[in-house]
Formats: sequence, C-alpha cells, structure tokens
Amino acid sequence: MQDRKKTGAAGFFRPIGALFSAAGEAFAHGDWKTRLSFLVMGFGCLARRRFVKGLLYLASEILFILYIALFGSRYLKDLGTLGTVTRSQVWDGEEQIYWYVQGDNSMLILLYSVLSIFFIAIFAAAYFANIRSAYEAQAEDAAGRPAPGMRDAAASLLDRKLHTTLLALPTLGVFAFTLLPVIFMILMAFTNFDRAHQPPGNLFTWVGLQNFLDIFWMNPGKSKTFYHLLGWTVIWAVFATFVNYLLGMVLALMINKKGIRFKAFWRTIFVLSIAVPAFVTLLLMRQILQDQGAANVILQQLGLVSQPVHFLTDGFLAKISVILVNYWIGIPYSMLITTGILMNIPADIYESARIDGAGPLKQFTAITLPYMLFITTPYLITQFIANINNFNAIYFLTSGGPLSLDYYQAGETDLLVTWLYKLTVSFQDYNLASTIGILLFVVCSVVSLVTFNITMGGRKEETFA
Amino acid sequence: MTKQLGIGPGGGMKARARAANTAIYIALAVLAAIWITPIAYLAISSFRAEKGAFLDGYVMPKGYTLGNYVRLFTDTAQFDYPRWFTNTLIVAVFSCIISTAFVLMVAYALSRLRFRMRRPIMNIALVMGMFPGFMAIIAIYHLIKIIGLDKSLVALVLVYSAGAGLGYYIMKGFFDTIPRALDEAAIIDGASRFRIFWQITIPMSRPIITYTALTAFMAPWVDFILASVIMKDNYQNYTVALGLFRMLERENIYSWYTVFCAGAVVAAIPIAILFVIMQKNYVEGVTGGAVKG
Repeated sequence: MQDRKKTGAAGFFRPIGALFSAAGEAFAHGDWKTRLSFLVMGFGCLARRRFVKGLLYLASEILFILYIALFGSRYLKDLGTLGTVTRSQVWDGEEQIYWYVQGDNSMLILLYSVLSIFFIAIFAAAYFANIRSAYEAQAEDAAGRPAPGMRDAAASLLDRKLHTTLLALPTLGVFAFTLLPVIFMILMAFTNFDRAHQPPGNLFTWVGLQNFLDIFWMNPGKSKTFYHLLGWTVIWAVFATFVNYLLGMVLALMINKKGIRFKAFWRTIFVLSIAVPAFVTLLLMRQILQDQGAANVILQQLGLVSQPVHFLTDGFLAKISVILVNYWIGIPYSMLITTGILMNIPADIYESARIDGAGPLKQFTAITLPYMLFITTPYLITQFIANINNFNAIYFLTSGGPLSLDYYQAGETDLLVTWLYKLTVSFQDYNLASTIGILLFVVCSVVSLVTFNITMGGRKEETFA
Repeated sequence: MTKQLGIGPGGGMKARARAANTAIYIALAVLAAIWITPIAYLAISSFRAEKGAFLDGYVMPKGYTLGNYVRLFTDTAQFDYPRWFTNTLIVAVFSCIISTAFVLMVAYALSRLRFRMRRPIMNIALVMGMFPGFMAIIAIYHLIKIIGLDKSLVALVLVYSAGAGLGYYIMKGFFDTIPRALDEAAIIDGASRFRIFWQITIPMSRPIITYTALTAFMAPWVDFILASVIMKDNYQNYTVALGLFRMLERENIYSWYTVFCAGAVVAAIPIAILFVIMQKNYVEGVTGGAVKG
C-alpha cells in the first residue's frame, strides 16, 4: 500500500504527456525515414531492416483502417443519436406479406461504439510505440550498432520486458470483461434505456443527467425508494460489519482464554458452519423462518407464541431477521480472522496493565480493541464495502421482500444492490440500474478513501506500540 | 502472616477464574448448539421420508430414507444434478487455473518489476475494484452473445477468470515480503527475470498460491448472480447453485425440498473439506500476512 503516496490524476496523466513529448522529440530530431513513420506505421523499422517489427506495425495500421472504414464508422456515426430508424413493417402487395425492415439498434450502436473507441485507444498506443521504435532504430543505426535479431527480441520478452509478457493476457481479460462492460454501463446511465425503450422495437437515446435528477428528487417514486434503500443499506452494512466484528472478537476471546480446554474443538464447530456454502445455509434459513417453518413450529409447541411470528414477511421483523441470520454466517468468519491476531498481542502488555490494576473490560478497551483495529482496518474497510454489496445475504433469504407498494420495484429489505439486480434482470430498467451502480460506486470509493486516509494517513506500517 | 495474605486473595481469584470459565463453557455450548443445529437439521432433512418444505406442526421427521439421494442422482429428467455437478467441476477447474495464473502474473509484475506504466496500472485497478461486481453484467451478457458463447460453460469460465488479474493485492503483498536480495543474487548469476519468477518466487509462494487457487476454485460453487444471467433457461448448463435454487421455486418446492437438502449436503462436502484444508492460508490471506507478527 506504500505505493499510494503519489497517486491521483497527475500520476495517471504524466505518462500520457510523456508519450506526446517523446513523439515531438522524435519528429524534431528524426530523419525522413523516422518522420515518414508518423504517416506510414512501421516505415522507419522496415527501412532500417527491422522487418518483423515493421510489418507488425504496418499490419496493425491497415487492420485498424479497415475496421474503422468497414465496420466501426457505421456505428460511431450514430453515437450522437443512438439511432433514428425504428424497425418497421412494410406491406408487400405482390407477396401479400409484411416485411420487417431492419432499423437501427441503439444497444448495438452503443456497444460497438465503445468497442471502437477501445480499438482507437489501442491503436494510439501502437502508433506511439511505432514512433519510438523508429526513433530508437535511427539512434541505433547512427551509433553503428546492429539491429537486434529475433532471438534477442524474444529473450528480452522473458527478461527486460517481462512485464509486457506477464501483463498482456490479464490486461486483455480485464479490458474485455471488466472495463468495457463498466464503461458501457456508465454510458447507459445517461440514456433512457428502460423497459419502454427496448431496441430494436423502440430505440433509446441520450437524456443527459435526467436519471440522476429523477433519482434525487424529480421522480417521487424512484427517489423515495432510493433514499429508503440507501438508508437501509448503510444501517445494514454497519450492523453486518462492525457489530459482527465485535461479536466475532468476543467469541475468539472466549475460546482463547487461558484455562478453556478443547480450543480446537470449539473452533472447528464454528468453522464448520462457514465451510457450508452460504447460499445453502441462507436458503435453509429461509425455510426455517417461514410462517409454517421449523422455528415457528418450535415456538408454538413451547407455547411461547400462539400465532406464527412473521420473521420474513413483516417489514421490520424481516430486517432484524436478515441481520441476525447474517451474524450466524458472519461471526465465525470474524472469529477465524481475529483469533490469530489476538494471539499475537504481546502478553507483557496485559501483564503490566494487570499490575496497574486494569480489569478485563479496561484491558479490552485500552489494549485489545485499539490493537485489533490497527491491524484489521484494511480488512474492515473491505468488509464494509462487501456488505454494502452483499447480494447473497438478502436475495436468498428474503429476495428483498416483503414487497412494498411505496417503493418502485423494491421491497422492505432490498439493498441498493439487490434493487439494481431486480431492475436489470426482472424489469429491464437498465438506465436506472446503471445510475444506481454509479452512485454505489461513489459511496464505496468515498467510504474507502476517507477511512483509509483517516486511519492510515501519515502512518508507517507495523509501528503499533 | 505473609502466607495468609498470599493465600487469601490468591484462592479468591482462583475461585473467580473457575466461575468465569464455567460461564464461558456454558456460553460456548449454547453458541455451538445455535451454530450446529441448522446444519444438522439440513442433514436430517436430507434423509427425511415425508415430502414437502414444511412438516405439519412437528419438527423431527417421522420416517427416514436414502431415497432423496437416490432420486438426486437418478431422477434427472427435470433436474439433472449429476450433470450440474460435472458442469460446476469443469468450470471450477478451468477458472481456477486461469485465475491463479493471471493473479500470479499480475502480482509478480507489479511487485518485482519496475516499468513506466506500473503506477497508472495500479491506480486504475484500485478504482475499478470499487464498482459493484455485477453492475456490468448486462453488457457482459451482450458481449458474450456477440461472440456466440451465450449460455455456454466457456462463457462462465471467461466471466469468472478474465478479470481475475484485478484481485492481485494479497499475492502482491506476499511477494513484497520476499527479500529482494534473492532476486539480485540470481541476476548476478545471469538468471533472466522469468527464471527468477519461475524457479525462485513461485516455489517460495506455495501457501499464497494455494489460497488463491482454492478461492478461485470455490467461486463457481457458490456464485449465483453471474451464472443466472449467463445461463438464463439453459438447464443443461446450470451449475449446482443455480439448480438448487430452482428446486426451491414455488412450483417445485413441495416435491423437491428434501432432494434439495440432499443436493446441498453433497455440494457442501467438497467445499467444506477444501475450506478446512485452507483455513490457515485463508486467515493469512485476508489479513494480508499481518498474522505472521
């Protein structure tokens, strides 16, 4: 984490600025072969007998131009409107049938445009690399050094340029399956791609900040739902993270206490419950907590209640139920995580505290808790974020229910993230879902950056005293 | 005098400690019961002879049978559990291999190699890690549809493993603790950086590689969202989690609930074994090695 010192926009843009200044220098000091590389990629390399490199550059330029001319431009030109021609039926009098005339498809236009912009970015990178190679080749020729052979080039990919080799595939994967979809979804938040605008039957278009305005105050149904779910999401995340953590630590302390026997046995019992996949235990709990489920049967047999308790069907009770069931799942995790760290607290700290007359509670608040918080702050932050996005716990237990008529397509226990899922999968309100996604991202990043700076700011690692 | 003074408070403390320990034993026993009961109940329900999600006013089954397990593996017309199990296993194996390789490669490059784009790459990864994982799911679905892989197991492997490189933090933290002097000595001996990676770093990182591999292997067994969007209604290519969820849908739950319990037990066993194996690695992984002290 020490690498986070010099971050921010400057750290990101400096290398890009460096690309341009390097290109400018190459143009200023290059000869005609190097300068022609600005127009014909790979020319500098080809003219100086670096054939493989030169041909690769040339091929990438040709492929790129072909892609844009034959394919990309068709979609890019419609990016401004996202399509204007709806699919239509035309009556064919001779054949006595309707023909479907293929119109534009806003979704494909958007998707392929994003794809094309990606290719443009990759092409730009190749372009600058081409200029650098041409300039390097010129310098090597001027110094009288021979062109590096294929064997050397390959060997350098395993040594001096190993990072390129190692990062190539993972980067491609992240680009295709994380970055590209995320950008696509961000753009969707600025369109009216909802259930009433499903291409190809109906096209959607840009609406600017309308979705954000809707969700903040202009559409009462949506904004009310949003604020309620936001509040519940935060309450949920606080209970699911911090209370969970404290209770897990208390459990770990009980098991760790001097004089308690069969430590491994106790630990294994609790670990067993996390070894069972969470979706299984959650689905099981859902059955147990139903109105006719085992929990209510037991309560009734014991004569504690006469009517079934609506654990999952009463709005308020359901919230308490999901939080409690989540403790059942989460406390063993916290116990497992904290156990090892607790045993590492130097015993002499406690010893001297005891001599000073500190009782167990005082020892916990003055020694154990600060020490644990110091070590596990990063863990707590990631847990908090994970709980804000804790889909499984809610979806499998209550599916967000009980449904509420006050909310727009959401129930009493829905988190923002399960609302997002329902809007996407069940209701096709993609624009609203994307807007929520962006707001969730903002919440998560603000929470983690702020807590990170408060707790870790100006503090070196491993200096707890 | 001194003796008496010594014994007095000492004996009192011992008695108090014993009382405290007894209280803790009772608390632990109650908690253990709370944690064990649902799991035990799952196992019991999987042997239950009576059908249905609920028992009519009683808790323990009146008859026991192995029929649910038999039905799980033989009655495959509607719910093909053996096939789902195989699907999940295949997806898990491939995505485990690809994910682990990706994480290793990224973590090594960002921890041990120095190059121009290192900082920007780490910053971008940090920001991207904060987007809710499945926010982009619809875009992913359409991308996969374009390349003609929708509703296929290959798509599932891609979805689980393609972005794995972003989760490099834990492994990088581990690599950062390996002394650089080792690398430098190897470079002086003429080893290439790839050889250092392959012959020094990887063998030294077995615990953290185990952790990464097992986490990746377990993901397909417990994921629901991604699989549900990609597979839609293609029952043939369902994973265990998806299929078990379907068994509990309103129209199936009466006749399939006990079979669901059997299926859940069968799916839980391998995961439980793996989890117990990697318990120690897991703790070290999550706390970023802070446990080492």
